[in-house]
Amino acid sequence: MERVVLHVDANSFYASVEVLYHPELRGRAVSVCGDPEERHGIVLASTREAKRRGVKTGMAIWQARQVCPELICLRPHYDLYIHFSKLIRAVEEGWTDRIEAFGLDENWLELTERGMTMARGARIADQIRLRVREELGITVSVGVSFNKILAKLGSDMKKPDAVTVLDAESWRGKVWPLPAADLLYVGPATRRRLMRLGVFTIGDLAAAPPETLVRAIGKNGLMLKAFACGLDDSPVRRVGVEAQIKSVGNSATAPRDVRTAEEARCMCYLLAESVGARLREGGFRCGQVTLSARTAELEISSHQLLLPRPVNSTGEIGAAACRLFRERFSESLPLRSLGLSCGRLVPKQAPVQVELFGEERRARVEALDTALDELRRRFGHRVAERGVVLADGAFAAVNPKEEHLIHPVGFLGG
Amino acid sequence: MTQKRFVKVRADFLLDGRVVPLIFRTEDGPTVRIDRILDIRQAPALKSGGQGMRYTCRVGERLLYLFHDRSQWFVEQGPDQ
Repeated sequence: MERVVLHVDANSFYASVEVLYHPELRGRAVSVCGDPEERHGIVLASTREAKRRGVKTGMAIWQARQVCPELICLRPHYDLYIHFSKLIRAVEEGWTDRIEAFGLDENWLELTERGMTMARGARIADQIRLRVREELGITVSVGVSFNKILAKLGSDMKKPDAVTVLDAESWRGKVWPLPAADLLYVGPATRRRLMRLGVFTIGDLAAAPPETLVRAIGKNGLMLKAFACGLDDSPVRRVGVEAQIKSVGNSATAPRDVRTAEEARCMCYLLAESVGARLREGGFRCGQVTLSARTAELEISSHQLLLPRPVNSTGEIGAAACRLFRERFSESLPLRSLGLSCGRLVPKQAPVQVELFGEERRARVEALDTALDELRRRFGHRVAERGVVLADGAFAAVNPKEEHLIHPVGFLGG
Repeated sequence: MTQKRFVKVRADFLLDGRVVPLIFRTEDGPTVRIDRILDIRQAPALKSGGQGMRYTCRVGERLLYLFHDRSQWFVEQGPDQ
């Protein structure tokens, strides 16, 4: 049975969505950039007009402004991107439920079934492309092939708003002349090593002797050679948008600078309260807590703590944050703002190593959090609050703001 | 760009989950009765910016697009007649 896999890639995703909501910016050089004040002031995505002027993803904002002075920088709205990511997936679900998300803007679709052919796959790809454009107002490019690697390569070959078919007969002629760096997992370092071997194209890579590749780039060399030979039998895993969320964090600027350990404790619990609620709402536990602080001089530092086991209760997250504060930040008072972020997320259903003692108490704490979340959902946030948060009226009014961090995940499930 | 015109909407929520807007009103404008809904589909709002469920509405002689974008509603000039 012929395998048919699609790779659907939303073109300049963040920037396209922003322009859709700001039609006055259509046709202008626009980039979505991380917040310059939060030290991640880099370009995350750009419109075609900005790319044409030399703006590249990952550039610092000042570098991008150098190559393109009229560049318009917008702040990211992850909630909107997640919403659109789900809309794209909903369109795709009209054809298959075997969909693997790769970041918010890319999906693999497994179409393989009895009677499916490459030609039918190409027609489906075209229908998905048209529906996304007409219903969502953004464009996708789609690669159609017999494995995930080639499908992804295909979606990169013609952009925007296009379909590329790489079938068993034609793929070599189209793929082998491409530069080796176009292949998934050939980054700048690997590319340099390959060039030293005289391997410039994907075709060169396919023809290279395996021993040489292993010597130059290790055992990944064999994997890359297999990819270049069109060999990849990795399945399309059912992975949802939620799995792309790598951390959940909130930050808040204090109504006045935080001067005492007691005030810092209050802020920690306040943040833990909102981060914890979001973790529970998303059905996650976290294995790592990161506390970041900005001093009155606007210097930023952050420290993280690995937890012995994944948690999502406000109390445990708050305690971890307070411990980080005591051990790392107590010297740097006064502080202007604090941020708390939870990483190493695992689904709530994932098995955890239980302890001999304390499980009963842990279950009670979780039940308490669930009850509090439900109360707040029905009657508003102020219906019940922690004593530590109420200790200082000024801090109780702080409203933490949401921050998502979304990274593309590794192809190999890393 | 045309100014995005957000509206208040009164609607029927049907048993099957569909939402059928009946009348709408801009902040300082008159109440407008929708005579007939000709089409319902997901669509981008290319003139005022946004995306959502788009209701093509006939109001008297005019055609209007009424958009439901997540939790907000707004109107846009409809297709050329």
